[in-house]
Amino acid sequence: MKQDIILAGVGGQGILSIAYTLDQAALLRNLYLKQAEVHGMAQRGGAVQSHLRLSDKVIYSDLIPKGKADLLLCVELLETLRYLDFLNPEGRIITSRVPFKNIPEYPDEENLASRIRDTGKAVIIDSDKLSREAGHPKSQNMVMLGAASLDLILDENTLTESIRLLFEGKGEKMVNINLKAFQLGRDAAAVQK
Amino acid sequence: MQDEILLGDEAVALGAVHAGLTSGYSYPGTPASEIMEYLIRLQGKEGSHQAHWCVNEKVAYEEALGVSYAGKRTIVSMKHVGLNVAADPFMNSSITRINGGLVLVVADDPGMHSSQNEQDSRYFADFAQVVCLEPANHQEAYDMTRIAFDISEKMQMPVMVRLVTRLAHSRARVKTTAPRGENGMKIPEGRDWTLLPVNARRRFKELVEAQSELKKLSEESGFNQLSLNNRNESIGIIASGIGYNYVMENFLDTEERPSLLKISVYPVPDALIRRLAEHVDTLLVVEEGYPFIERRIKGLYGIPGTIIQGKLSGHLPESGELNPDAVRQALTLFGEKSIGNSSEIPSRPPQLCRGCPHIDTFKALNTVLEDYSQASVFSDIGCYTLGALPPYQAIDTCVCMGASVSMAKGGADAGIHPSIGVIGDSTFAHSGITPLLDAASVDTNMTLVIVDNASVAMTGGQPTFATGEILRKLVAGIGVDEKHIRIITPLPKNLEANIRVLKEEMEHNGLSVIISSRECVQEARRRKKGDR
Repeated sequence: MKQDIILAGVGGQGILSIAYTLDQAALLRNLYLKQAEVHGMAQRGGAVQSHLRLSDKVIYSDLIPKGKADLLLCVELLETLRYLDFLNPEGRIITSRVPFKNIPEYPDEENLASRIRDTGKAVIIDSDKLSREAGHPKSQNMVMLGAASLDLILDENTLTESIRLLFEGKGEKMVNINLKAFQLGRDAAAVQK
Repeated sequence: MQDEILLGDEAVALGAVHAGLTSGYSYPGTPASEIMEYLIRLQGKEGSHQAHWCVNEKVAYEEALGVSYAGKRTIVSMKHVGLNVAADPFMNSSITRINGGLVLVVADDPGMHSSQNEQDSRYFADFAQVVCLEPANHQEAYDMTRIAFDISEKMQMPVMVRLVTRLAHSRARVKTTAPRGENGMKIPEGRDWTLLPVNARRRFKELVEAQSELKKLSEESGFNQLSLNNRNESIGIIASGIGYNYVMENFLDTEERPSLLKISVYPVPDALIRRLAEHVDTLLVVEEGYPFIERRIKGLYGIPGTIIQGKLSGHLPESGELNPDAVRQALTLFGEKSIGNSSEIPSRPPQLCRGCPHIDTFKALNTVLEDYSQASVFSDIGCYTLGALPPYQAIDTCVCMGASVSMAKGGADAGIHPSIGVIGDSTFAHSGITPLLDAASVDTNMTLVIVDNASVAMTGGQPTFATGEILRKLVAGIGVDEKHIRIITPLPKNLEANIRVLKEEMEHNGLSVIISSRECVQEARRRKKGDR
């Protein structure tokens, strides 16, 4: 049992929080994990990605080879296309339809969405709308984790327990917002299956 | 004990604490910052250590030397270019007869994710003739840091632990072992710490004589592992550090794995390499960083009868970071099919945060400089280096910590006017004070802008040493004329006033220092949330 996941987005969108939730869940399920992340300069509004590998056997490389990722989980529309060459032919894409426009020539959104749709492997989610419904626009990352959860080798209970652990320090209200965001994302993806 | 999920940096920090650490020292720098961050976070939870951010890496190293002198265990961590700053104490400490274990952790940044070069610190360990440990994974990062203290005390010299970005900033599970207590106080006797020529000559001879013992240590270390495949005598692989992971990734089936020498302890274990070379026709060397091992093996004549492949032969890229795909190619396996390439995507470079004070400083500076044809802006290392990118394109240079001040002086000496330096408060404290003293002594016709945001912002908001009133007094104390020390507040509403101040000081025929002072927006937010 193994799964290689590319997490992607823009610095500040909470990519690393998704990664920590998955790391903790992997520990709860006693899986091996390796998770390479980006710190420093790129975190200032630049493209941010994390390679996350889960397995019941020893994992060697911190980086996923090209063409080997099972899942591309992205919190931003354009960033999804940056990592397509990592995906294996059976891989799945779970992405937000929401653009993060902090560059001068952001491409046409419809064109980006149709390029992603054309892969025939994508679930596209309105994470902005669902995060507001959950109670906080910053919970888009957990919406996307929920949307991806149907494709993860980690079960729903383990993931929600991990979300609880990650946010419990910030109070019960934040725990509930993030759990709701997770559930809304999961439901939205289920409809598209 | 239960497994913990740790960054490579954190595994090093925890290993040091469990090895009986008395005190740790560092200056922030990606990818090494999280070592000290974690040492600080562990205080009161694990161990009884102190943990200190220092004003620069040289100071950090020397403070660590003081701890070692007292017979206690100490760790000093920095990024690769930080060791250039600490090179003086590091090189000399190899002959001081280290007392308490001194472990230097250097995090290299191949691929330059957040650095101005990708120098390979193994050359520094070789230069100082000390042991270097290069973990391949998180468990080794923990275990080897613990062992590094024992080696340091046994060999009475500093030991380097070399990390690279991909290990420093990757998370994995680590099993910990029972902690050890701190050393007691033990002041050294004799003259070994006084490096007068009479002592240094004797000690250097002893260092040279100790090399055979270091070689033996490396050749017998369990971290250097040779496994021979008797069914394959054509190719053998030498893989060091995380290069080992990329090789293993491509040979998950152990039956197919060629003979493999994993190197994680230096000096280079020559005897193990010879045994591998005798077994195969071709050696492929896979190492992250420069072709350090490959060069050594090739030497002038190489190994007669053996083909040596690696970076020098073009089988692996000589610049940038290794990855499983580059190693796969060197092993001449075919790449996996993927569903599409990712070209034609606009890049998304990092940028200054919304509301960042540097934006207001650069806007004012750019406006003033429109009136000058020859202006040059010498800048430095920090968030404000992003001012080099559009839309500001406000700075012309970035070389190394503190160079903005000294280069602005040199530029002025050469006749550039206005010759402007732009440096952050922490970088100024790190390496800007001494060159400003130089400029003040001759009242150089230059303008230094110190962008004071009261934190080491790029690396995550570590504390700074010279900000606000201390900074102003420091500049005055150096001898800059108080009339030409100006304080401005970089805010949109002050743009016109700030332009006036900058213009006046550029027109002053002598040294001016403008302190542009407003707190980092990220830091202000953290403070309001109570995270600081």
